[in-house]
Amino acid sequence: MILSRIQPVKQNQLKKKNLINWKKSKNSMRDMMDPVQYFTIKHQQLQDLKKDSALSVIRNKGLEAFTRLGIPTLKHEEWKHTRISGLFNKDFEFAIDQAVPSLSDQEIKALRLPGHEVANEIVFVNGCYSPSLSRISTGDHQLRIVPLEEAARNEYREFVSKHLGHSGNYLKDGINALNTAFAHEGVFIHVKKGHAIEYPIYLYHITDSRTNNNYSQVRNLILVSELAQVQIVQTFGTIGPLESFANEVTEIVAERDSITSFYKIQNENSNANLVSTTHIHQIGKSQTHTVTISLDGGIVRNNLNIVLDAENCESHLCGLYLIKGQTHVDNHTTVDNVKPNCFSNELYKGIMDEQATGVFNGKIFVRPQAQKTNAYQSNKNVLLSNKASVNTKPQLEIFADDVKCSHGCTVGSLDEEALFYLRSRGIGEKKAQSLLLHGFAADILEDIKIKPIRDYIDHLITERLEYEES
Amino acid sequence: MLTIRNLHAGIEEREILNGINLEIKAGEVHAIMGPNGSGKSTLASVLAGREGYTVSRGKVDFLGKNLLELSPEDRAREGLFLAFQYPVEIPGVSTTNFIKTALNEIRKYHGEDPLDAVGFLKLMKERMKLLQIDQSLLSRSLNEGFSGGEKKRNEIFQMIMLQPKLAILDETDSGLDIDALRIVAQGVNQFRSKENGILVVTHYQRLLDYIVPDFVHVLYNGRIVKSGTKELALELEEKGYDFIKNTTSETEPA
Repeated sequence: MILSRIQPVKQNQLKKKNLINWKKSKNSMRDMMDPVQYFTIKHQQLQDLKKDSALSVIRNKGLEAFTRLGIPTLKHEEWKHTRISGLFNKDFEFAIDQAVPSLSDQEIKALRLPGHEVANEIVFVNGCYSPSLSRISTGDHQLRIVPLEEAARNEYREFVSKHLGHSGNYLKDGINALNTAFAHEGVFIHVKKGHAIEYPIYLYHITDSRTNNNYSQVRNLILVSELAQVQIVQTFGTIGPLESFANEVTEIVAERDSITSFYKIQNENSNANLVSTTHIHQIGKSQTHTVTISLDGGIVRNNLNIVLDAENCESHLCGLYLIKGQTHVDNHTTVDNVKPNCFSNELYKGIMDEQATGVFNGKIFVRPQAQKTNAYQSNKNVLLSNKASVNTKPQLEIFADDVKCSHGCTVGSLDEEALFYLRSRGIGEKKAQSLLLHGFAADILEDIKIKPIRDYIDHLITERLEYEES
Repeated sequence: MLTIRNLHAGIEEREILNGINLEIKAGEVHAIMGPNGSGKSTLASVLAGREGYTVSRGKVDFLGKNLLELSPEDRAREGLFLAFQYPVEIPGVSTTNFIKTALNEIRKYHGEDPLDAVGFLKLMKERMKLLQIDQSLLSRSLNEGFSGGEKKRNEIFQMIMLQPKLAILDETDSGLDIDALRIVAQGVNQFRSKENGILVVTHYQRLLDYIVPDFVHVLYNGRIVKSGTKELALELEEKGYDFIKNTTSETEPA
């Protein structure tokens, strides 16, 4: 269902701003060349710098794909509602060889999530893993964290070469390729066989935009081994008043009888832009739960791929985008049923106020051999202003004949009858509205199993909806 | 308590109520009966302030206030309660939280302090028993997945929690089996007092066996065409609504 398109006016405004700024920085993307040229030079610098790197080959492949595919424009089917190319015309700086900027405890503290006292915290600054800011409390025998470069060389070598880059089979665009072209400072996380990790892993992606508009990117790979269980929370933060643009890719491999929960929290300001890709490959009968919460930001694009590559896999995908201002949030999800007897359930909800724009695109593939697939999808949207809009599109491609698939999407304003019911009990109109919206959003939160995180999000939503518990 | 004078109302251009006159005093139970389409639910909706209805003529006075000028929430805060014919399902809002919010909004309106969690729970536990409502039902999302009987019991439960001055029961008996009907009626009779008024809107006489009215009015084509005591309901039951349709051409409003 297409309600309205992104306002073209916005783009013109951006361009004007760029013309003023773009020559200020000598090292910026806009410094007299097009983005492809810019990144090609940067790539060469990185490859020269890390001549013996085990990731050289995959980076070269990434650059090759990037130069071939280019930066997606609105003509690209997967990007038709998200003007990502506009960001590449901006005055961003991408530092590949720069030391990690120092951040004070105070600056980090502001970004920490509740429950961090007992969490395994992994911090990335400008796309680089920072061991000094990270804190791992779970023992090495259960949870191992290794820089990606190192994992590509050591005993994980074969695993890394087999699985790193699997997302590229699904995301055939220059953005994913660009991330691969510069994969170097991320981490490899191994949740070891048979261990249910007691403390969750918190991944912080921090961008420093104090002195310049900052482009950064990170590539992580996670292995959840047989019979292992882990909960991962990912969040993003920008320090400084200038613009940031992060291009992050996390690839997860789930083995037999493992349970993985992955919660993504996005609550930055309007200067923070983000493409965040989570690619989960379930190679054994396993369970995954993902919850994606987007509350604020500039342009935010989430790619979530679930590849059900073993029989009897189960996956739950939940999302909430509660946005206002000029925030644009685009959720692209793919569930690929490769093997028979898999189950997936997807529920995304959106509340858009002011001029915010939302996009939901949900693909479900059922391969010819994937009989007895059960795949459900639902996307529900509430528009609170007549300037807000959402584009929602379910996309089912089913090649097997014995499957149960359903999808549905709704776009509307608040239910008048429900509003009247609440008011007829003495509840004022504003409060009734926030109660209803909170109720609409709250069932997404039930899938977050880490209580401090769930309470935290609930608090943020409550605050946003100006609803106070009486 | 409630005085309706020559009320004309409808949806858009279509007039459904053609001059209703009715007076309910404290302590009285009135029943409005009538065939389908006679305007029973419209009357209940107009009194509660549902959007979409326009009042073209007439006045409604509720406890000295012009009811029609009040917002739906202010009508409730002044003491009006409508038990819905079709209670709305509200996902994500628990019944407990809903009632607590409503109760405290009403208290706030009257300048009273909000009930704290302990005080509220105590009150709730006490009144739950009356309607045989299970605690688990109250922690679930409001009306979501409730059976027809559970929804109606929940309406009456809300009524006895909010303690209005005038309760309008819109077809509260529809969709209820005999056991549920008894429980609901028991709740209503408990609420019945010298201070409270009740307006029962119903199609069938059955409910009035349990909630015995002081007055019965027959609504037909948007007017009250006959008024009487509880015996009128029995007469209707016996003779059917055709008896009204045949005998009324020009009857004086009650």
